[in-house]
Amino acid sequence: MSAVDSFINFFKGFLVTGRVPFQPKVTVQYPEVKRPKPERSHGRHVLNRYEDGMEKCIGCELCAGVCPARCIYVRGADNPPEAPVSPGERYGFVYEINFLRCIHCDLCVEACPTEAITESKMFEFSFTTREQAIYTKAELLVDDDGKPKQLPWEDWKPGDDLNTSAWVRATSPAGAAALEGVPQWSGELGYGIRPAQPGQSDPEADDVSADTDKSLREMASSAMKAIGVSTVRPRRSGRSS
Amino acid sequence: MILGAVATTGDPLFSHGMSLTVWVILVIKVLIVFAIVLVSVLFMVMYERKAVAVLGNRYGPNRAGPDGWLQSLADGTKLFFKEAFMPARADPVVYKIAPFLALVPVFVAFSVIPMGGHITISGITTRLQLADPPWGILLVLACSSIAVYGVMLAGWSSGSKYPLLGSVRATAQMVSYEAVIGLTVASVVLETGSLHTSAIWLSQHGPFLIHWNIIRTGIIPFCVFCIALTAEMTRAPFDLVEAEEELSGGFNLEYSSASFALFYLAEYANLITGAAIITTLWLGGPDGPAIAGHHIGPFWFALKVLILLYIFVWIRATLPRMRYDQLMELCWKRLIPLALAMLMIDAGFQVSRIWTVVTVAGAILGLLLLWRAIVVGRGATAIESDYARATGLRSHT
Repeated sequence: MSAVDSFINFFKGFLVTGRVPFQPKVTVQYPEVKRPKPERSHGRHVLNRYEDGMEKCIGCELCAGVCPARCIYVRGADNPPEAPVSPGERYGFVYEINFLRCIHCDLCVEACPTEAITESKMFEFSFTTREQAIYTKAELLVDDDGKPKQLPWEDWKPGDDLNTSAWVRATSPAGAAALEGVPQWSGELGYGIRPAQPGQSDPEADDVSADTDKSLREMASSAMKAIGVSTVRPRRSGRSS
Repeated sequence: MILGAVATTGDPLFSHGMSLTVWVILVIKVLIVFAIVLVSVLFMVMYERKAVAVLGNRYGPNRAGPDGWLQSLADGTKLFFKEAFMPARADPVVYKIAPFLALVPVFVAFSVIPMGGHITISGITTRLQLADPPWGILLVLACSSIAVYGVMLAGWSSGSKYPLLGSVRATAQMVSYEAVIGLTVASVVLETGSLHTSAIWLSQHGPFLIHWNIIRTGIIPFCVFCIALTAEMTRAPFDLVEAEEELSGGFNLEYSSASFALFYLAEYANLITGAAIITTLWLGGPDGPAIAGHHIGPFWFALKVLILLYIFVWIRATLPRMRYDQLMELCWKRLIPLALAMLMIDAGFQVSRIWTVVTVAGAILGLLLLWRAIVVGRGATAIESDYARATGLRSHT
């Protein structure tokens, strides 16, 4: 009877594809409809300001120093006493990022002592010349509302520029001793501050708003378990001096 | 403009001899048929892409033009503006002729397809069919044979090994399935008693569906014909000719620009002509119920062709590509014997129904008995050898 079975199964195959047109489509119509981006996605940089309009950048060049792709060029200058640009002694006089080189590793954001440079979620910028690829300070700096500038070759809609200034740092944010060693969104002022993610403020807490992140972490840990890597850190039992 | 229901024998256009008007009308008809095939190719490319997308839970192209329906036009335009490249080792004359050898027969084959009854425009009555030669269906078979040359010469003249392999496959495949097509078409010709394509659809005129050849010849020749035609057109799942994995493209690998577009055109025109031939031969052509007193043969014809084309796409979206030996085995060991048997049965039905039934029933009974005897015999051998093994005695084999 296997011949009859395989004959019937042959037509069952047609039912499988024949049913598909009546199912909802999974395709997202991309330029019109955009999927929500991951919480920590890295897009193009912005240079932030304080609430009073002062620039945060103090021209320390730490970002340029840490950049593995060497795509950042910064020159600091002394603040003019009568009209200071930043609250500190110096300010970023020249600030350039070459986006043909940038790998969006976020190390500049980590290095920045004043949270002046952060990464937004905007990634749709298809420049056509090398000059356009180099974002100067005028293009990187946010306006007085803390919103980034939209350049002619950038494709993003209102709302895409949310959460541009908040960032995750591995060190104690804002110098609070209680949060030492806990990764957390910075609480600094800026356009769109994000709520804490699970594991930031309290490593054990489950935050409903970030289910995706939680499931991602679970997936990662189960995958690591599957290949035999323990996700639990080995405890140091006693020191052998 | 009046659409007539059923065409009588002979085109009324020629009833008063050949005059200048008749010639002009003929040229116009040629142009119209040409345009129909060209436009329907543009449509078909989009139709297939849309349908295969829908069958794969996607949208398909939906950017160019209204809902993407101008995508094929844009693609075609782009193709014609690309660089026409010819490999240095190619045979220039054959290389240039080959696309036309693939394309022209398809258009010629479409010329004998009846698309409806009569049409009367300002007192001149003509048929909705370009040509109706007394050897109409043979023309279709001949054209599909000539189309093999296009594919074969394209691969050979490219001066490259992969197109050559592709064309060798294509040639063997098309020649093999040609035989099946011939045998199944013979069933229809036996039933109709004429090679006129118009006579073939006129003989199917009558009660809806029951009088169609698909029922009259028994459904098996129709199925065999459809499978063979799919293979003849080198469509999925028989598209070994264009197996990207092994041949990186197939016989048209070395073609670019306009000549590649011609192959593409030929492929899809072939599909439309194939669907039209199936409709004419088996599904009653433009036969269908009149709606509100109007005979709308062209509508029924187009509807049947569209449904057939969707089924072709459905098959493409469902079945994986066959292996070459499976392809040949299907043709020579399954389809040809089946088509031959059905041809004999159909021929028998023309002579005497009762005797055909009796003979076929007897043959089936005899085959069943033979099969049973073989099974019993094998079982006995197995028991004997088991016994021999169990008792340690040596089998006398």
